[in-house]
Amino acid sequence: MAQAAIELIGINKSFGAVRANRDINLEIARGTIHGIVGENGAGKSTLMSILYGFYQADSGEIRVGGQPASIKTPNDAIALGIGMVHQHFMLVDNFSVLENIILGAESDALLKKSIAKARSELERLEREYGLEVDPDAIIEELPVGLQQRVEILKALYRGAEILILDEPTGVLTPAEADHLFRILRQLKDQGKTVVLITHKLREIMAITDTVSVMRQGTMVATRETAKTTVEELAELMVGRRVLLRVEKGEAEAGGVKLAVKNLTVKDTRGVTMVDDISFDIRAGEIVGIAGVAGNGQSELLEAISGIRRAVSGSVMLDGKPIDLTGAADPGELRDRGLAHVPEDRHHVGLVLAFEENENSILGYHDDPRYLKGPFLNIDAIRNDAKDKIAKYDIRPADCRLKTANFSGGNQQKIVLAREMEQDPGVLIVGQPTRGVDVGAIEFIHKRLIAMRDQGKAVLVVSVELDEIRSLSDRILVMFAGRIVGERGPEATEGELGLLMAGVEQQEAAL
Amino acid sequence: MDVFNAIVQTLDSTIRLSVPLLLACLAGLYSERAGIFDIGLEGKMLVGAFAGAAAASVFHSAFLGLGMAVLISVAFAMIHGFASITHRGNQIVSGVAINFIAAGSTIILGQAWFQQGGRTPALQPGERFEAITLPGADAIRDVPIVGPIYAELLSGHSILVYLAFAMVPFTWWVLFRTRFGLRLRAVGENPAAVDTAGISVAWLRYRALICTGILTGIAGAYLSMVQNGGFVKDMTAGKGYIALAALIFAKWKPVNAMFACLLFGFLDALSIRLQGSPLPIIGKVPVQFMQALPYILTVILLAGFIGKAIPPRAGGVPYVKER
Repeated sequence: MAQAAIELIGINKSFGAVRANRDINLEIARGTIHGIVGENGAGKSTLMSILYGFYQADSGEIRVGGQPASIKTPNDAIALGIGMVHQHFMLVDNFSVLENIILGAESDALLKKSIAKARSELERLEREYGLEVDPDAIIEELPVGLQQRVEILKALYRGAEILILDEPTGVLTPAEADHLFRILRQLKDQGKTVVLITHKLREIMAITDTVSVMRQGTMVATRETAKTTVEELAELMVGRRVLLRVEKGEAEAGGVKLAVKNLTVKDTRGVTMVDDISFDIRAGEIVGIAGVAGNGQSELLEAISGIRRAVSGSVMLDGKPIDLTGAADPGELRDRGLAHVPEDRHHVGLVLAFEENENSILGYHDDPRYLKGPFLNIDAIRNDAKDKIAKYDIRPADCRLKTANFSGGNQQKIVLAREMEQDPGVLIVGQPTRGVDVGAIEFIHKRLIAMRDQGKAVLVVSVELDEIRSLSDRILVMFAGRIVGERGPEATEGELGLLMAGVEQQEAAL
Repeated sequence: MDVFNAIVQTLDSTIRLSVPLLLACLAGLYSERAGIFDIGLEGKMLVGAFAGAAAASVFHSAFLGLGMAVLISVAFAMIHGFASITHRGNQIVSGVAINFIAAGSTIILGQAWFQQGGRTPALQPGERFEAITLPGADAIRDVPIVGPIYAELLSGHSILVYLAFAMVPFTWWVLFRTRFGLRLRAVGENPAAVDTAGISVAWLRYRALICTGILTGIAGAYLSMVQNGGFVKDMTAGKGYIALAALIFAKWKPVNAMFACLLFGFLDALSIRLQGSPLPIIGKVPVQFMQALPYILTVILLAGFIGKAIPPRAGGVPYVKER
């Protein structure tokens, strides 16, 4: 057996009353890719932050390369050859790539020498690992995939032998994620040790050698990836059996609820993002829109929900037109039975500083059920929130808790509960399970299918192809602002992947 | 020739009047670039002015006065740092508090020590910074055009004036050419990136505030020991706030800051020059209007004539490690 790069022995860490890590023992072999999975809040990030010196463990021992190590600051970790790529990039947006790379690792008090040294070192790293990036580019002008590459280069520049990546694919498109995995394999081949923290089991299966599962602050199991299955890992993570693909019957599609015709939408820069799109959604069916992020799905959702003005086109809701190019506003659409679960719940769906019960009526606060004369009926609102909490299993079950203190999955359930319980005829959902735990994904998928079975028209937009395939009765693929194909739920991943990459369209053009 | 002389004289007073603004503006630049809003520039200038004049008068030394001005001003900057960096307090509240403490304590201490109604004794020669005559200034004074420009405009200022203008390229060099500057700019944009790179956010921000304190101290000393022959209560008269406006106008860049401060100084000089003298076409303009001109301009400029000014992104936000 290869020598351990890192050993964690009996690590404990509490934040106030919350025990984030309890008695964690973990051994990570040198030259391997080691996955750590667990639901949000299971303590994965805390454990890695302890390893990186961002926090101090209350008790326990860390050994690096067999030697006991005292890691009190990130500096100590860097000196021991540990590098970390954080979930939210630790980059200065208006600095160049080179400036970001040397920050904190400058070789000299004057920048000129540091930058010259970094430039030649960067060229070497590029050659060795195929990590190409323009050293003079400004970070905010780079796509996220490249920004992440800068983070990896930052760690390698500091001489990292052990690289920790915290939820690295959360912000990446499938193609960018694949590219990242190729880079990680290459790092492994060069003898580096990679620790991958994620809650996406597919990634674990695809790339890791060993996987450790965390649940509620404890390390529940470590498996060789080749000898385990997605089902077993999911069960270990959640603590019970989980259905990864929800069961559903045949759709009984009825009449057209929402008809979109020749819709064209431009973004704030004036670029056409949705280009002359037409489609229908019928009662009792789920239509999924697949596509790589940035191909116009966001703008389509925003236009249909009345947040963004369309340039041209018409939309009929229940046979009556809505004027998306002019006067339509989200409130009016809500009144007419079109509910919207936005892609970005933090900025559009919720006010994080509000209490849960306040968010659970947001946008419906004019409903007479929640009013007493000109005032809000606080009791009615809280009782209503409690009902939703029970029905949607929102945890913790406290309607007075600040929304920011709920986990991502529970925040999403708050939004879903709010929109679904209004009993809308049409439900539009963007990224239903982004940043949501496995257990909650199952729940959310079941609710969406229940909506369908009640005869509602459901539109789901997601960058998770698995999700689209598992939920949809019909799949529309968007590429460069157009719908480039329609497939049934039996379509293979490869077939959809080609459509998403615009391959067929390019061939047709030739 | 009269017009030419008038222009040279107006520009000469422009330089004199813009120096305290420039020093304060650069002071603010160091702290705001590091992510600390400092509305207390005004207060730190005021305590600097008082400490400088008081020490110069007591110890009969201009340089001791300057040293004391800087020391006390830095001490006040450290109070701001203790409240807003160490204890993550609200930076605006802390800055305003410093302004109040400065306004009150200078008057009380001045009265207690010197019994002159809050003033310090008038500074004697040797206790003030005298004008420096640049080499050859007298020799070419009578040469047309070049003579007055060199002798009047460039020569004949105190050492602090030359220091203030030398601080402009120096500050640019520090910010954009040194490790300290890179880190300082980074901590004002994304302190988490600095923290994870293994650099102490707090110590970096304290050092930025020390720079701020030094410069506001010099600005204060200039007011009481160069422009005026002693400390007078509230003698900063809002210059700290104008310097902040100039800083935004300059988009947090040192060379822009110099031009912004020269512009404000020019308006000030113009308003003094034109007081009481009728303007062509418009006729006589009330003194009060001329005096208000720099402030009116401030409002107009900040209201949107400067285009989009993007402040350092972490400005005003205390750094707390994320869980």
